[in-house]
Amino acid sequence: MSTNVVSPPAVRGPQAGTVVLRVNGQQRKLWVEPRVSLLDALREHLGLTGSKKGCDQGTCGACTVWVDGRRVLACLTLAVTCEGREVTTIEGLSADGSLHPVQAAFIARDAFQCGYCTPGQIMSAVALLEEGHAGDDAEIAEWMSGNICRCAAYPNIRAAIRDVRDTAGGER
Amino acid sequence: MRPLSYARADDPVAAIALVAAHAEGAFLAGGTTEVDLARQDVLRPLLLVDINHLPLDDVEDLPGGGLRIGALARMSDVARVPAVMDRFPMISQALVLGASAQLRNMASMGGNLCQRVRCGYFRDVTSPCNKRDPGSGCGAMNGFHRGHAILGVSDQCIATHPSDVAVALVALDAVVHTRGPGGERAIGIDDFFLLPGDTPDREHPLGHGELITAIEVPAVPMARRSVYLKFRDRQSYEFALASVAAAIHVEEGTVTGVRLALGGVGTKPWRARRAEAALFGQPASEDSFAEAAREELAQATPRPQNAFKVDLARRAIVRALNTLMDGEAR
Repeated sequence: MSTNVVSPPAVRGPQAGTVVLRVNGQQRKLWVEPRVSLLDALREHLGLTGSKKGCDQGTCGACTVWVDGRRVLACLTLAVTCEGREVTTIEGLSADGSLHPVQAAFIARDAFQCGYCTPGQIMSAVALLEEGHAGDDAEIAEWMSGNICRCAAYPNIRAAIRDVRDTAGGER
Repeated sequence: MRPLSYARADDPVAAIALVAAHAEGAFLAGGTTEVDLARQDVLRPLLLVDINHLPLDDVEDLPGGGLRIGALARMSDVARVPAVMDRFPMISQALVLGASAQLRNMASMGGNLCQRVRCGYFRDVTSPCNKRDPGSGCGAMNGFHRGHAILGVSDQCIATHPSDVAVALVALDAVVHTRGPGGERAIGIDDFFLLPGDTPDREHPLGHGELITAIEVPAVPMARRSVYLKFRDRQSYEFALASVAAAIHVEEGTVTGVRLALGGVGTKPWRARRAEAALFGQPASEDSFAEAAREELAQATPRPQNAFKVDLARRAIVRALNTLMDGEAR
């Protein structure tokens, strides 16, 4: 048989099957259908309820997580597509109960009221600092625009980001 | 969302064959439109073939100064490629002004061209929509249409094409490369986007199982100093009410080359050929710019709520060209 023949990719579903994800450094095995979003997999199947479901249509940013270190929307990502990738949620941002500097800055600056958007804001903010998009308030506002805050805590969110930026080593 | 099957492809040929073999099969790239619309029941795929692992994400230089952008290159990555920023700033600017940082990290360039309209009636399966359900009517025509198109409209559909980067690509005469069950082909980008006419459900000429593999941008020296201006209801993370991709070449005060395309006002990314023709050989003055913009928008078909877009688009063209001329003067 010719070695050029490409075998067709395996078709999975529509019924549930095993999906193996690497979440916050740990391998996790789930039993989910292909249509299940990464957000639902995290919240409903793994009990990681830090990532929030706001709009479930890619508008609000409350579900922001990192896939392979890039900030993305978990509601528009199918869990099965993340096999072989590294998923990081707010629960994995910092080890052994300590706070990440951005989490501490959000508290110090009172960068929330109801708190529902906060995990997404923080996952976005840490990524923004690492991307180097925290130059001034206008740049922060532009690059944080995918995270909506119904309580309009925006000035304090920007202040928290500035604080971490201005701390040595805050920005790579 | 309805139940669906999934397959991860490692090879383009296998991915194409699998989609082609399933009537309700579709490619899955960034998923930012597809997953959303599947959840809204607007799209009803039974099989998604994940193409994110195919080797189609490079951005390469072409001899002579052009670029070949892999279909799976992400919007955020393309925006910061030095060759894109240096030689085609209108592409980089259009990318960064679109969507949000998270969505740009997800969305692919090929998928961007295939994104569906944001018309509220298209997205709501209980409303009539000739694009979603041919023959059912158009909710927007006499409904809420403030954001809808004034150029390229038909009596079937007035939905605005939502892409920003496609506007820049249309201005630059990009070429869409595809591979399908019948082989490879290249489609000029202006022909890639179809006017709604009597078939608003057909938005591009891709056949079932035909995959965009790359977008080629030819060398356009004047694009080195080009601009993408976007006007919208809020400052960020919003679709355009009107936008302009512009480049101009002036010799001794006379326009000897110009590229203009409009977003937010057309049923497809709108190459402003009338304005370009009107400007060629004219003095590079605000009067010429205004006259050219008038000629382009003379063909507009506004409706009550979006009539403001005629003036907005005219002024956007003038602003973009003035911005480029100001840059030249410095």
